[in-house]
Amino acid sequence: MAGYVPHTDEDFSRMLADIGMASIDELFGAVPEVLRLAGGLDLPEGLAEHEVADTMSALARSNRELVCFAGGGAYDHDISSVTRALAGRSEFVTAYTPYQPEVAQGVLQALFEYQTLVGRLAGLPVANASVYDGATALVEAVNVAVAATGRSTVWVSAGTNPHWVECLRTLSAGRDLQIIEIPTRDGVTNWHAAPGEGARLEAPAAIVSANPNYFGCIDPWPRARAVADANDALLVGIFDPVASGLLRTPGEQGADVAIAEGQPLGTPLSFGGPYLGMFAIADKYLRRLPGRLVGKTVDVAGRPAYVTTLRAREQDIRREKASSNICTNQTLVAIAAMVQLSWLGTMGLRELATRCARGTRYLREALLGVPGIEPLAGAPVLREAAFALPVEPELAIERMAEEGFLAGLTVQCEGRRGLLVAVTERRTREQLDAYCSALEKVIS
Amino acid sequence: MNPHQDQSPVLKAPGGRAASAPLMGGGTEPAIFEFSVPGRRCATFRATAVPEWSAAELVPPEELRPEPVPVVEVSERDLVGHVTRLSHRQYSVDLGSYPLGSCTMKYNPKVCEEAAALEGLRSVHPGAPAAQAQGWLELFWALSDALCRVTGMQAATLQPAAGAAGELTGLLLMRAWHAQRGDLRHKVLIPDSAHGTNPASVSLAGYQAVSLPSDEHGLVSPEVVARHLDGDVAGIMLTNPNTLGLFEEHIAEIARLVHADGGLLYYDGANLNAILGVTRPGDMGFDIVHLNLHKTFGVPHGGGGPGAGPVAVTEPLAKFLPGPVPTRCEDGSYAWKDPEASIGRVHGWHGNSLALARAWAYILANGAEGLERVSQAAVLNANWLASRLKGTFTTPFDRPPMHEVVVSTKHAPGLAEGTRALDVAKRLLDEGFHSPTVYFPLVVPEALMIEPTETESPETLAALAEALVVVGRQGPAGEGVPTSTPVGRVDEARAARVLLPTWDAVVAAQDR
Repeated sequence: MAGYVPHTDEDFSRMLADIGMASIDELFGAVPEVLRLAGGLDLPEGLAEHEVADTMSALARSNRELVCFAGGGAYDHDISSVTRALAGRSEFVTAYTPYQPEVAQGVLQALFEYQTLVGRLAGLPVANASVYDGATALVEAVNVAVAATGRSTVWVSAGTNPHWVECLRTLSAGRDLQIIEIPTRDGVTNWHAAPGEGARLEAPAAIVSANPNYFGCIDPWPRARAVADANDALLVGIFDPVASGLLRTPGEQGADVAIAEGQPLGTPLSFGGPYLGMFAIADKYLRRLPGRLVGKTVDVAGRPAYVTTLRAREQDIRREKASSNICTNQTLVAIAAMVQLSWLGTMGLRELATRCARGTRYLREALLGVPGIEPLAGAPVLREAAFALPVEPELAIERMAEEGFLAGLTVQCEGRRGLLVAVTERRTREQLDAYCSALEKVIS
Repeated sequence: MNPHQDQSPVLKAPGGRAASAPLMGGGTEPAIFEFSVPGRRCATFRATAVPEWSAAELVPPEELRPEPVPVVEVSERDLVGHVTRLSHRQYSVDLGSYPLGSCTMKYNPKVCEEAAALEGLRSVHPGAPAAQAQGWLELFWALSDALCRVTGMQAATLQPAAGAAGELTGLLLMRAWHAQRGDLRHKVLIPDSAHGTNPASVSLAGYQAVSLPSDEHGLVSPEVVARHLDGDVAGIMLTNPNTLGLFEEHIAEIARLVHADGGLLYYDGANLNAILGVTRPGDMGFDIVHLNLHKTFGVPHGGGGPGAGPVAVTEPLAKFLPGPVPTRCEDGSYAWKDPEASIGRVHGWHGNSLALARAWAYILANGAEGLERVSQAAVLNANWLASRLKGTFTTPFDRPPMHEVVVSTKHAPGLAEGTRALDVAKRLLDEGFHSPTVYFPLVVPEALMIEPTETESPETLAALAEALVVVGRQGPAGEGVPTSTPVGRVDEARAARVLLPTWDAVVAAQDR
């Protein structure tokens, strides 16, 4: 049995005697006898630490190692040794929410620096200290818009991550939110297809649009902003923190709320989590910001200090009137993103984005030279692209695994199914060529 | 009796007291942006032989940002120095005892961290087909199974990323269950001692939160519950033991009443650490349970997250669970399956997988007997500490606590008049201990909510108890306390009045 409980049997006896109890059983005297679990927990015996490590290693080995071309919000980027070392420091790992700021300046300052960086990438003045993931960020952003406008309809571009939209549907099921999907044309949102003034529908609380979008296409925000203006709605812009190295920020193009999945910045693929919901907001909606916010202030001696602020927005104070229930967030992942982004630096982020775009372009051109492969969307792409194949995408993915590749994700775009392929800075020309040859083989 | 054993543990050093930190103090750590020098960088990239198209060749001109978005330009050495120094300005469980009530700040075994660092777990894309991710699916299946055994439930989802996410998921399951029966109800009952996330989640699920007053013993009484049952109550959310550290002794009767009225019982697993192997939510009559794996199952809190908030349910609710869920096939392999009436996804992928891996490693290490020992020591520690504080602090409810004890400074027999919970909390920092939770639960004035957890030794506990008594007797603290921390009392009012949420806001304010 593991030794995480320090008490010896003598400790138990002595402490029980100190409080006037005769047995361990007496500690649980408040639990009625009829509710007691007879025979203890139905679980195996504990393992020695090295047996635990062996068991976990065996599980890890049961996962196939494949060269990754899958994206869809989770990308196979290199992570700096610096990020792994610093975000793994146990002072951060084993701390709690910074409720006593005098002994939590480390986490607070790191979050303040994270908020600054997210604000810069988003082009907006305020960012919170994280929500769970991109999907949750979307749900929270829509909640802000619904609360700010008093409306209950949202227009969501069909270029939005379908898992995120599913989360939005699931998590708003109790509140009659109308989600209207605006189709794309050639991979770019066709805002002309949005309900017109004569549609006798409620105006939307929010316009949701991603750039680059789920199909990898550049889907400019100014058009979405114009639709938001015409409807007096908020624009929720979904951005990609890596693409930020090249593209204009959502804030400078009119987003009121900008959100992103922060995984590409220093978080391993890790089968889907913990990831990082980045969330930035315009000043106008500051009081509706979900989650924790760190502000800079001073201590009693006038020295710089940091503290969570505008706390009256949060669930522990507002309770049933709170517009968000978030408490535990993704602080450690946010700190990792802060370190990874600092390691990349201004020029490094630009170079990272450029390298991803180069690899994507190279592979896209090569794949389009293969008979039977066509683009699923014609618009310019950045770091990910969707292709129509002459076989079912599931079959291609299954066969490509035999060739050592995770070929991508299945995707549905404008009524057609296909393969969504992402290329990161890790992929060499040799790998791209090998991927292309393998895909040509498996689809023929 | 072992002759080598020292029989006077009070002479031993308490391993959980952090009074010797820090190494060097007094200075201020600049913001990382103050280390930024144009042209400096850390990043290097692989040689890939991919053609080197320029940015202008890759991005349409109207979309290309002419200048890179400013991040920061620092050397690797400066970056590592800065963040390392920040870490030295941060209290943590690894440094010392962290008796925050309701948060279960136990020591997190290092073997769990090592497990979560395995490349074979970290490098798997969440969209990988099940056949290529059998290790992960097996882990999820086994963890779901174990959590069902611990809670007395029949099926689980691992998707919710935190306790509050689990609450909303569980309430939406409740909603789906009622909707299927064509009986859409509107109210959810919550005791006034509940965590704030409970009523917030209830509102987000489209229900009206109805607050139940605790009785004079700090418990929910069946009579109060019965008075609120009018056929429109979808369910009741309870934490048991509750946030006062007390076991809801009438739970079986409450369950009978709520079920008879057509409602469901929701178990908030925040305090499960008290009852492992003693009783199960399923035995008490609960239908839906969320667990905070970052509390009970050894997942570190990460400065506020990430955690994991799986939800387990009884058989009739299983078909509504978010999908997909892992299943074991007849041939021993694992596959994803969507429950037939699934409410849909509640996470972008499968949940906080690496946190789930840590929890599984923790369960493997402890086993049945180890987990039972966890609750025994947690409850013993809280009771022992409670007995040491009695006579100095007010104990609002005169009954033995479970895993945590709530005391008050108001009308405290051994304290100077006017001593507030905040005074005790801030003075305790100077004694080398993190503060307990203060001013919660809301039903106790000047509350100090203390949860020592099972991983603190009797020596640490003795030192903590002594420190609490000593600082309590010192009376009101004033703004000058604490004195030994990296910064003194922080001006929270100013932070809200002059909002500076980013370095750019700081620079703009200086320019004005």
